[in-house]
Amino acid sequence: MDTAEKLIQMVLAIALFAGAMGLILMLVGRVRRRADIVQAFAFIVPAILLLAIGLIYPALRTAYQSFFDRTTEAFVGLANYQAMFERDDLLIVLRNTLFWVLVAPVTATVIGLIYAVLVDRTRFEAFAKALIFMPMAISLVGASVIWKFVYAHRPDQQGIEQIGVLNQILVWLGFEPQQFMLNAPLNTFLLIAILIWVQAGFAMTVLSAAIKAIPQDIVEAGRLDGLYGVKMFRYVTVPSIRPALIVVLTTISIATLKVFDIVRTMTGGQFETSIVANEFYTQSLVRGNYGLGAALAMVLFVMVIPIVIYNVRQMRKADIR
Amino acid sequence: MATVTYDKATRIYPGQDAPAVDNLDLTVEDGEFLVLVGPSGCGKSTSLRMLAGLEEVDTGAIRIGDRDVTHIPPKDRDIAMVFQNYALYPHMTVAANMGFALKIAGTPKAEIQRRVMEAAKLLDLVEYLDRKPKALSGGQRQRVAMGRAIVREPQVFLMDEPLSNLDAKLRVSTRTQIASLQRRLGITTVYVTHDQIEAMTMGDRVCVLKDGVLQQVNTPLALYDKPANVFVAGFIGSPAMNIATFDIVDGKAQLGEASVPVPTSVLSAVSAEDSSTLTIGFRPESLVPASSDNGGGGIPVTVDLVEELGADAYVYGHPTGPAAAEQVERMRSEAVIARVEPRMAPNKGDKVVFAVREGESHFFSAKTGERIEP
Repeated sequence: MDTAEKLIQMVLAIALFAGAMGLILMLVGRVRRRADIVQAFAFIVPAILLLAIGLIYPALRTAYQSFFDRTTEAFVGLANYQAMFERDDLLIVLRNTLFWVLVAPVTATVIGLIYAVLVDRTRFEAFAKALIFMPMAISLVGASVIWKFVYAHRPDQQGIEQIGVLNQILVWLGFEPQQFMLNAPLNTFLLIAILIWVQAGFAMTVLSAAIKAIPQDIVEAGRLDGLYGVKMFRYVTVPSIRPALIVVLTTISIATLKVFDIVRTMTGGQFETSIVANEFYTQSLVRGNYGLGAALAMVLFVMVIPIVIYNVRQMRKADIR
Repeated sequence: MATVTYDKATRIYPGQDAPAVDNLDLTVEDGEFLVLVGPSGCGKSTSLRMLAGLEEVDTGAIRIGDRDVTHIPPKDRDIAMVFQNYALYPHMTVAANMGFALKIAGTPKAEIQRRVMEAAKLLDLVEYLDRKPKALSGGQRQRVAMGRAIVREPQVFLMDEPLSNLDAKLRVSTRTQIASLQRRLGITTVYVTHDQIEAMTMGDRVCVLKDGVLQQVNTPLALYDKPANVFVAGFIGSPAMNIATFDIVDGKAQLGEASVPVPTSVLSAVSAEDSSTLTIGFRPESLVPASSDNGGGGIPVTVDLVEELGADAYVYGHPTGPAAAEQVERMRSEAVIARVEPRMAPNKGDKVVFAVREGESHFFSAKTGERIEP
């Protein structure tokens, strides 16, 4: 680091501190008595400090680094961001991320919802729910290892048996075994399936609880009004659990954007399967391109923010109700 | 317009031995307002839900008009129900709530709009049509629930304690509104309540249930004047009827120092069932103060509390005398209650002797609890 950069960092740190202090003083300004001020400080300062060290400073620093070259020495302006939209390999990363966000949350939620409705009030409900919720207890790495076996491929030669379920089924049906992980863009969707497998259980649990919270008399009123089956689902069940649906969708969306373990474990981001979170790791820690890594992290950050804001808004609305 | 007939309808909940509704035989006339009343767990709500199709009928049948609806799904029964908690769809506006059943049935939009508007005018809801239920007060929600039922123009209205979530004052005014609305529309109505005042004030006829068994059906006044058994006698009326089991001694009903004259026809009925005891009930307004020493007649009472209501005063007391403990044991009511002139009310602690006005005693068999007509 040269002197100029150190200076900038120092200014940044001071600004951060001043901002935090200003916030505290503004809050304190509302409080009159002296004892209250002391008490307010005692409660707020540790939290502000921890947030500043663990969250605010790293975020600002990452943002700052994203404007520098691979060794974070020379200022390059928006070159890193520009590269993301020009380099073919990075465009594929963005495209894949889009696939993930578009497919995983909706599919997992729909599967969870249908499952929750189907097993609701059946005799084997507890067992059926445990079955689909189980994957939630497995780490994404563990889940990926399991699915590696599902997708595993052995060359189609005499005397060699398939060890992957999917390929064995293909062989039984008389097809040739496929190298699933090598075929883009199919391989991305096969990876998405793993996340859906894990998240559907989460969706099912939350939505099932929401369905059970629908007042019985509203369901009965629906029956008197002529609602059965699909119509009941459409006019009573879904509107009644709308807040829960939104929470589930946004939560899974955030989890999807941040997903890293699956891609890392299954393909390491090769064969055109990389996504932003994985590429950020690869660029920063494998290729040593800190500037580009930071820029990727910023993009991820920017993509998550609107979902978080929407989620918080919805929750606040629910609170008012 | 239609009659409603319960024909030996029985409902036994799975896993239970005693039926929730036991062989209910009941006919509701065309355009009648019938109130089902009884203590909690008496089967009144179950009876209503059986009619609605929300509860299965295990044996027997239910008919609306001439149509057997026992196994017909709720939507095809041509009924509308008002729920205790109103059961409005929270995500729909008032107008959508009211017109929803019609929408599902495929009624043309213009027709739905016309009927919703009509009902809204009737119920004073026009300015709330675009609101969601959560933006309404309890009374308004109640009216929307009513409106939802009216819009369907059904053959029968079912109401399951629709006033129990309103505050006391609103309950009284809504009570009269519902009753007059029903009379205006002339739609057969079955109304469930646990509140006997609601039952008495609203119903053309009142049906008293206990433990799933029908006790008595009649006009409110007939129930009050001639209760069919001890349960109905104790349940209908506020404050409650004084009821106790007396011994028959020398042609009079005797309990400790209390003594009540008994007509000979009743005495012969008691001896006919080979009994020496008789359950007697008398309403608070049937008691009059007697002179304190009238040679053993009347009921001596020590006053515990006097309730001054302005127009009336009620004396709550307990029996006095050497046999007081036995008397209390044989009483069905908690206290002896008497209505007295408010300007001449006794004080707390006073001893008063009450006599029953001639011909105003109710006699019941001590064995079966059935009424013995003098």
